Amino acid sequence: MDIHEYQAKEILRGFGVPVPRGGLAYSPEQAGYRARALGGAAWVVKAQIHSGGRGEAGGVKLCRSEEEVRDFAATLFGKRLVTKQTGAAGKEVYRVWVEAASDIAQELYLGFVLDRKSERIMIVASAHGGMEIEDLAESDPDSLCRMVIDPATGLCEFQARELAFALGLRGGLVAQMVSTLRACYRAYRELDAMMVEINPLVVTHAGEIVALDAKMSFDTNALFRRPQIAELRDASQEDPRESMAADHGLAYVGLDGDIGCIINGAGLAMATMDMIQLAGGAPANFLDIGGGASPERVTQAFRTVLADRNVSVVLVNIFAGINRCDWVAEGVVQAYRELGLTLPVVVRLSGTNVEEGRRILRESGLPLITADTLAEAAERAVAARPKLAA
Amino acid sequence: MAILIDSATKVLVQGMSGRIGRFHAQEMIEHGTNVVAGVTPGKGGEEVLGRPVHDTVRQAVEATGAEASLIFVPPPFAADAIMEAADAGIRTAVCVTDGLPAQDMMEVKRFLRRYPRARKMRLIGPNCAGVISPGKGFMGIMPPHIYLPGRVGIVGRSGTLGYEAASQMQALGIGVSTSVGIGGDPINGSSFRDILELFEADPETDAVLMIGEIGGPQEADAAAWAAEHMTKPVAAYIAGLSAPKGRKMGHAGAIISAFGESAQEKVEILSAAGISVAPHPSAMGETVARMLGRREAA
Repeated sequence: MDIHEYQAKEILRGFGVPVPRGGLAYSPEQAGYRARALGGAAWVVKAQIHSGGRGEAGGVKLCRSEEEVRDFAATLFGKRLVTKQTGAAGKEVYRVWVEAASDIAQELYLGFVLDRKSERIMIVASAHGGMEIEDLAESDPDSLCRMVIDPATGLCEFQARELAFALGLRGGLVAQMVSTLRACYRAYRELDAMMVEINPLVVTHAGEIVALDAKMSFDTNALFRRPQIAELRDASQEDPRESMAADHGLAYVGLDGDIGCIINGAGLAMATMDMIQLAGGAPANFLDIGGGASPERVTQAFRTVLADRNVSVVLVNIFAGINRCDWVAEGVVQAYRELGLTLPVVVRLSGTNVEEGRRILRESGLPLITADTLAEAAERAVAARPKLAA
Repeated sequence: MAILIDSATKVLVQGMSGRIGRFHAQEMIEHGTNVVAGVTPGKGGEEVLGRPVHDTVRQAVEATGAEASLIFVPPPFAADAIMEAADAGIRTAVCVTDGLPAQDMMEVKRFLRRYPRARKMRLIGPNCAGVISPGKGFMGIMPPHIYLPGRVGIVGRSGTLGYEAASQMQALGIGVSTSVGIGGDPINGSSFRDILELFEADPETDAVLMIGEIGGPQEADAAAWAAEHMTKPVAAYIAGLSAPKGRKMGHAGAIISAFGESAQEKVEILSAAGISVAPHPSAMGETVARMLGRREAA
């Protein structure tokens, strides 16, 4: 789960990471007021959306008067900001962060991630910050310092010191860096983060370290014990189809094709999407209905898939282990009737109680297209797409 | 003896008193698995499915000599249950639970390292379908009738895609020595490579089918190991050729975040290591059949 920059800064500040003074605004007037209250002669106005690359997309500006702050904020509110990471639809700006401009002598990169190879938290840092880590890894791979942390001891002072020296820091900056690194590590561990990124972490001309940007994302599996993090969820930044599915316990990812997919198991769902592509079609979504799928859940899955208007065929592929084919079949029949479906539905059932499931489909009298194998299901779904009018 | 479980393995079920634990324990018993006891804190002294229930894993191990444990414990308590099994001397634990916090698994992996190799527990999962040696026994949630007993090992992340493979193989008359679901989480107990090592050493396994997916370094690590050390042929399929970058596809671990993590890249890495990669998921059975045919011809 992602959160906004201003929320990440507030969290990190609580752990002792220095961040610029700033304030949140929900309107251009409030943005101007924030600037005045902060004082000084220059402010940075930053659109708050769940995405990096906001600067390049025109979502960040250095302003030199209260009016400029107000005017720039006015262009942001309600705008859908399209960045490299948001996709073509972009994300809408509802909040703007105004902060005192920092006087930058050097930009560093600092990231904490869960490294899947060592299965531990890894720090990635570079003395050349400011650009995306992917670009940095490509253009200047030698500048990257990596360090893996033992969860039993946490980040030791000597390790943090080694990293600070490796980044070329000297004098009083070393101690500031050590405390910043240890603060980020504690935040990561104590709040079940999956990623903490400060890019750039800057050194000012006055010799101070400040987090100019901050990004945090959290482990959704741990939200049960982090209610204060769960509260920070901002549904306006999510794909509404995905939020709706998540609320019903379905894993859903919206894609660009027209074949709606209802499948059990993440691996089988990905494999079915691959099969559709091979058969010449394009999946409209990934959807894992999970174990123990009741008829109600199947109906909800149909609702979720059909909320996407591009869908012209639905493909149901269930290999029942925990699930039962007869329940899924009942769910398909119920959904077909309840939702008054007219579009083609292809169903492939396999596994527990498959004979019973097939009988229910057959005896329903509905025009369902059935298939016995994965390949057949994908081919029939592709063939069932309505032909486009010439 | 196949790997990880056979008909003699004494199995505990942690969480056997719960609805799901009881249901699957019953299936396991009906299919010949030697389930000796259950563990549910606070329910010690009761009986479920004709087996005694103990308060702690240690008591259960002392009373029954159990060497394996299947863990059906809700996510907030699952890491603790795994560590309890390891400390009580269990040799193989399978954790089916989906939804463990990643940092809990980080701590579990660190915890398991405190034991000397001779008594270190092997963990399979979490978020997996389990382990089955067809005709001998199983620990998990798979439908056992889709597996034909035989001599090909299966290892995969996904449960249902593993079922798909087993049933394609069954249709072609190819049987399975053991099928292992290693689970879909970013940090898991055993990796593809760990399981390949077991299959390589198992006299009852002739060849292996490895079913991977997008995300993480484990398929590539396994391929590198197999190229150097495996004498038995390996076939593979990688799910997610159509998955977009940076999006999590259901499994917490199924996200392409670095070089070498996409399905295309993994297919290239595996092919370069001499592994026969199935071009699509409907061809897993055929690919195994071709691999076995080549082996017989050789």
